Amino acid sequence: MESTMNATTYRHWQLEIDADGIAWAKLNKFGESANSLSTEVMTELGLLLDQLDAKPPKGLVFRSGKPAGFIAGADIQEFTRLDMPEKGLELVTRGWNLFNRLAAVRYPTLALVRGHCLGGGLELALACRYLLAVDEPGTKMGLPEVMLGIFPGWGGMLRLPERVGPQAALDMMLTGKSIDAKRAKHMGLADECVPPRVMESAARMLVVSNSPRRTLPLLQRLLNGPLKALVASGARKQVGKRARPEHYPAPYAIIEIWAKHNGNALAAPRLIDGIVRSNTARNLVRVFFMQERLKGFGKESDFKAGRVHVVGAGVMGGDIAAWCALRGLTVTLQDQGMERIAPALKRAYTAYGKRIRDRLQLREVMDRLIPDPEGHGAARADVVIEAIYENLEAKHALLKKLEAVMKADAVLATNTSSLKLEDLRTVLVNPARLVGIHFFNPVSKMPLVEVVSAEGGDAEMARRAAAFVKQIDRLPLPVRSAPGFLVNAVLGPYMLEAMRAVDEGIAPETVDEAMLAFGMPMGPIELVDMVGLDVAMAAGKGLAGANVEPPKCLVERFNAGNLGKKTGKGFYDHASGKPAKGTAGTVPPGLAERLVKPLLERTQQLVDDGVVADADLADAGVIFGTGFAPFSGGPLNYIKNQRA
Amino acid sequence: MAFQPVYIVDGARTPFLKARNAPGPFSASDLAVQSGRGLLMRQSFAPSELDEVILGCASPSPDEVNIGRVVALRMGCGNKVPAWTVMRNCASGMQAIDSAIANIQAGRAQLIMAGGCDALSHAPLLYNKAMVLWFTGMMQARSLGQKIGMFARLSPSAMLSPVIGIMKGLTDPMVGLLMGQTAENLAWKFGISREQMDEFSVRSHQLVVAGRAAGHYGEIVPLVDATGNVYSEDDGVRLDSNVPGLAKLKPFFDKKYGRVTPGNSSQITDGAAWLILASEAAVEKWKLQPLGKISDSQWAGLDPAQMGLGPVHAATPILQRHAWGLNDIDAWEINEAFAAQVLGCLAAWESDDYCREQLGLSSALGTLPQNRLNVDGGAVALGHPVGASGARIVLHLLHVLRARQARRGIASICIGGGLGGAMLVETLS
Repeated sequence: MESTMNATTYRHWQLEIDADGIAWAKLNKFGESANSLSTEVMTELGLLLDQLDAKPPKGLVFRSGKPAGFIAGADIQEFTRLDMPEKGLELVTRGWNLFNRLAAVRYPTLALVRGHCLGGGLELALACRYLLAVDEPGTKMGLPEVMLGIFPGWGGMLRLPERVGPQAALDMMLTGKSIDAKRAKHMGLADECVPPRVMESAARMLVVSNSPRRTLPLLQRLLNGPLKALVASGARKQVGKRARPEHYPAPYAIIEIWAKHNGNALAAPRLIDGIVRSNTARNLVRVFFMQERLKGFGKESDFKAGRVHVVGAGVMGGDIAAWCALRGLTVTLQDQGMERIAPALKRAYTAYGKRIRDRLQLREVMDRLIPDPEGHGAARADVVIEAIYENLEAKHALLKKLEAVMKADAVLATNTSSLKLEDLRTVLVNPARLVGIHFFNPVSKMPLVEVVSAEGGDAEMARRAAAFVKQIDRLPLPVRSAPGFLVNAVLGPYMLEAMRAVDEGIAPETVDEAMLAFGMPMGPIELVDMVGLDVAMAAGKGLAGANVEPPKCLVERFNAGNLGKKTGKGFYDHASGKPAKGTAGTVPPGLAERLVKPLLERTQQLVDDGVVADADLADAGVIFGTGFAPFSGGPLNYIKNQRA
Repeated sequence: MAFQPVYIVDGARTPFLKARNAPGPFSASDLAVQSGRGLLMRQSFAPSELDEVILGCASPSPDEVNIGRVVALRMGCGNKVPAWTVMRNCASGMQAIDSAIANIQAGRAQLIMAGGCDALSHAPLLYNKAMVLWFTGMMQARSLGQKIGMFARLSPSAMLSPVIGIMKGLTDPMVGLLMGQTAENLAWKFGISREQMDEFSVRSHQLVVAGRAAGHYGEIVPLVDATGNVYSEDDGVRLDSNVPGLAKLKPFFDKKYGRVTPGNSSQITDGAAWLILASEAAVEKWKLQPLGKISDSQWAGLDPAQMGLGPVHAATPILQRHAWGLNDIDAWEINEAFAAQVLGCLAAWESDDYCREQLGLSSALGTLPQNRLNVDGGAVALGHPVGASGARIVLHLLHVLRARQARRGIASICIGGGLGGAMLVETLS
């Protein structure tokens, strides 16, 4: 940089004035790999603005000093310390006032957004006059506060609707989804979208350009003004389809603060306390940290896979292979003949064709997914995953063959859900190396993967398996080998109890409604249809014990060949692709509590038995593996809160 | 200097897919990638260990002109493996192999993946000159009036008569003959009848069917398209090909009076074929078990109007260098661009006049026994994806030799423009 430059260094910020008189404020949060807006960072930002007030620059550019990301959001650790109503209010006030001050400075400001720019980070960027997005895959902008049960109280609810119109803004704030650089430019959130090679020059030119911001079209201005009530009622209806206010109050609060208080939460202090310190927010923040803890299991080994070999191109094996290819790995997919592999490739083409807009990128992913009918890929793979049908002899024969050709230090894993690792590994020369890597269906939607170790297993192999799971952006949960591991073991008795209720004459729709009202993403009867009645039969025998009588409603349908979604009919008719449900009856009092009880008890039992290491991990596993009402903080947390 | 042999480690190809009047399911690079990654997957070395990738392609699409590099990157060879594309019309695949041989012999490379591909069904329609001039004028038009004037001058006949790219490619640029017309020349020159051509064509189909049944087509890596369809066999092969059926087809190149029909010509086809070539040092380093080796190669030029005799001109010098007759070669692969053209080659070798005047021999070289020629059929049945064929015949010849436990063979190909190429292939004793 130019020698005339003068610089001030704070603990987290660095301020440099370049030869053109433009100030560059670089955030490089001390001691962290990613930037977040802690109290200290915010205080320093205030000082920095003081400094610039004394001698205003020609323009001010905010950028990140980190290799990855702009600003990830507020410091979520601080959310856990809001023990009194005043503290929540104070947190909101501080950010609201500081960003208002930033928005009002006399000199032009610009946020140079490269990498993730989320929550408070985006609110900071919105308070700048210009937002310059760098066109890279990692650039993501969003206001995900709602996912933590809170709202974007530092000006997001005010400024995002002003910038992109209320409908697009509410969509982002109520779903928490983030958008990429091109999309941001398209919808008017970003003023420009440029490649990294010209970002500094673009920032320099844009910040002093004095060019006016794009104004919202008339309709959008009306919707963000006199017609707010109309938009709000539409948004409430939309949210109502996904989240019940008693479970998730935050989205409703966002709509209200935007519609009635022009995005200023301070105008509704009672709402602030009701949200920020709600059980939901506290539980969701806890879930966030549990997620970080699961990711941590993937960091205990430096292992990095380059090639993966998957045997078995059925729905599970095929989807695992396709997912690995999507995440950048070269994958060989083995099955008996090309005809068996082709449907898996077709599924990947269809799913990723929708997901990936860039045709070249899609082609790259599909080029990495290599059909391998003869199983050549096993010899050079770093991870080999067996996902063939659940038959001990077949798996034995396969594992033996794989071990013979595999690299000695490669991970050998089974995706079995019903066979014991202890029985599978007996045929291996080195039995200790076999681990379980247990995915859930559908692989692309279910974040949890159980990493299964058996007694006497090689701990390093389990660590590598977890690192691999983390590498493909899934959450590894270490579990001990036991029937059903954690997730299936807790779902079994829960689905069983639900079917008992159906045997007693309660309509499946009513049973499902009871659990939807409880906060489950899907009713237990519909879940049986999804996993398949044959699987439920087999699992029931394994999990509940051979002497337990299976529910009549299950046996009847099973005998009639109605196995659920896969045959088009189970408890519900799936001919249209979706279950045809009738209207639910009145839910008998206490039904949800009765149905969930076996699940809660089994979770506790599994912690006591050491299948999963502690209560937090059990809660995390059940939430990420089954979708168990996240606002409750997981089954064991739910029990604790019930008692309290 | 003696020809230092180069080892063929392994090879594979796609099924050859007949063009059916519309772009096929795979682009040229898709074909090369799917077959190439299947081949690379079974090697003891990683794709990034290759010293280079050379791909022959007669008609790469405008968005992948250096298709060799596109394919190498798509196959996962990584940024550091150089890759390039060669073009020698119908022998582009054989040229890729020859370029690999040259670089290995010169010590510039040890391990090379070489092959060829073409997706002729994707051949473009081009604007004719009148339309090109119109577009140029349109781009220069500034005012609305000028633009409207340009539209007034737009001629529907110019607009609706595009140049068919593939017809351009199959026309000799020097003598202005379609390739099929050069085959008519040979039929006329050597008195090859329509019946002989049709019989040879039926033979080609029948031998492919028999070869398939005997498992002689293990070189094929099946393809899968985006909708999950599997392509595992050459789909232009007719199980029921017969002379009376072929007799019904009309001459295509010399309409009405000619003898060459679509039925006794190679088919227009999409496909790709690959070989992995290695120096002796690389064979040792990677503990490879080669299928065989290439012990000689030759290119030759001749009258473009007689291009079909290219194999005669290219293979004869190899025979001469080793003092062999046609009989001393255990198996031959002569690419079947046209039945008339392969029969023309056999006739030329049997002709005292031709051998004396054109090859400088004292008399005819002799008769090439048909039971050693294209024993599993050829391009009339399989199709001729131009860039791929040269690599296919070298690879298949080696499989033929191994299946027959034979020693040596010659693969040879005629080349539009008046060229011939030949390679001597040997199994390892």
